[in-house]
Amino acid sequence: MRITVTVDGTSYTDDVEPRTLLVHHLRERLGKVGTVVGCDTSNCGACTVHLDGHSVKSCSVLAVQADGSEVTTVEGLARDGQLHPVQQAFHDNHALQCGFCTPGMIMQSIDLLADNPDPDEHAVREGLEGNLCRCTGYQNIVKAVRDAAHHMRPGAGPEAERVADTGSRTASSVGGGGE
Amino acid sequence: MIPAPFDYVAPSTVDDAVRALADAGEDAKVLAGGQSLLPVLRVRLAAPTKIIDLGKVAELRGVREEGDHLVIGSMTTHYEVQRDPLIAEHATLLARATDTVADPQVRHRGTFGGSLAHADPAGDLLAPALALDAEVVIQGMDGKRTATAADFFEDFFTTSLRPDEILVEVRVPKHTGWHAHYEKFNRVAQAWSMVAVAATVRTDGDAIAEAKIGLTNMSSIPMRATAVEQALVGQPATTEAIRAAAEHAAEGTNPTVDGNADVEYRQHLARVLTGRAISAAMAG
Ligand SMILES: Cc1cc2nc3c(=O)[nH]c(=O)nc-3n(C[C@H](O)[C@H](O)[C@H](O)COP(=O)(O)OP(=O)(O)OC[C@H]3O[C@@H](n4cnc5c(N)ncnc54)[C@H](O)[C@@H]3O)c2cc1C
Ligand code: FES
Ligand code: FES
Repeated sequence: MRITVTVDGTSYTDDVEPRTLLVHHLRERLGKVGTVVGCDTSNCGACTVHLDGHSVKSCSVLAVQADGSEVTTVEGLARDGQLHPVQQAFHDNHALQCGFCTPGMIMQSIDLLADNPDPDEHAVREGLEGNLCRCTGYQNIVKAVRDAAHHMRPGAGPEAERVADTGSRTASSVGGGGE
Repeated sequence: MIPAPFDYVAPSTVDDAVRALADAGEDAKVLAGGQSLLPVLRVRLAAPTKIIDLGKVAELRGVREEGDHLVIGSMTTHYEVQRDPLIAEHATLLARATDTVADPQVRHRGTFGGSLAHADPAGDLLAPALALDAEVVIQGMDGKRTATAADFFEDFFTTSLRPDEILVEVRVPKHTGWHAHYEKFNRVAQAWSMVAVAATVRTDGDAIAEAKIGLTNMSSIPMRATAVEQALVGQPATTEAIRAAAEHAAEGTNPTVDGNADVEYRQHLARVLTGRAISAAMAG
């Protein structure tokens, strides 16, 4: 089946087998190996990407279901060689050990901050409920997300503006509307 | 792992979807949010030869009012249910239960209709649907029919849906102004309910006028705690009255035994969680 998916701003048209999972399409066909697979059970969240502005586990979406959609992966976050504020906060706060969960953690953190720009610790933990860190580095991950929230506040400087076009909530795919 | 090969169609109307399903025969499967089906296909517990994706059927999405009912399209996602203003006002219980389902990524994809059709006894939306006296509207080659939630759920992962039928929408009587709470018990993040209790209560002054209590995972299908509901009518909403009524919560239940809990423990949980659910509903 022929599908067209826009990934990190570039449109790709490919023939795929219907059974191809989105994560495999991203990694094996498009070379977007920043997105990783950590489990076979839809639990770990390592494969999290944004599909039309909302976080999804790309191992639990068929590539054909993404036909006509926009996907953002962790590879599409940096702008002009500058890390996204959430990436920067993970770096600054040592929010990774082996780093395997990090792409998913970062993508889900951006989703969480779009819904709730100033989450307390509890809200961060709830928002990251679908992401597992086998190194159990949760303390610093939570710290990083709250630090990123601080840097992304309106008026926090040029960094915040970048978020407007990357952590986008297009709402196009969602009838209920965000907050 | 990846699923076994299958053919895929994504029709844009319910009529086309029903026809595709009927034409494909027994080996076809409907795909909604895919959050239960795709994990099953990945580990090859199922290998349908044809997948009919409802993702492009716009008429299956969204929430509308119809007189004293809300009509919720089967493809409305958990994320949408959590934030829908009509559901917040007229079926609060459903919104609160949906908050506890899975994690944000799964809630962006998973659907209300898919959860009901999947009929996992630990699924969190079955008991609220039953407690709210919801009806499901089903469409097949013979046209549309309606089933009450009580008739729809038949057994573990089994509903009255026939192989050529699609769950189209869910009709929920408005419970405007009812207090509501969903009390879910599990031990780790993003886990299914060991037991959970859906409670919604209408008050008259300080007294409880009417209560509807649904139990998750206390049988192969969702159950109503009828004895608790009866015991609450006319009672003051005091801790003692609620606790006394909640003592009846496990009556008639037949929970499964698994690695998490045996029958006695689940029945104990049902009583304790029922008390907590009613108290929390009243406080909210
Ligand atoms: C990690 C994880 C954790 C989860 N935790 C919870 C939890 O705590 N509580 C909970 O309640 N759920 C949980 N779920 C399940 C989630 O809520 C699913 O969204 C839901 O069970 C199925 O909905 P779906 O739209 O994804 O359906 P699908 O997976 O697409 O379909 C499920 C089944 O229903 C059938 N079906 C779907 N829609 C229709 C329709 N309209 N007509 C006829 N048949 C249909 C399909 O053919 C399939 O057999 C979890 C899932 C995951 C991956
Ligand atoms: S790889 Fe997708 S959830 Fe684990
Ligand atoms: S840093 Fe190793 S899994 Fe999270």
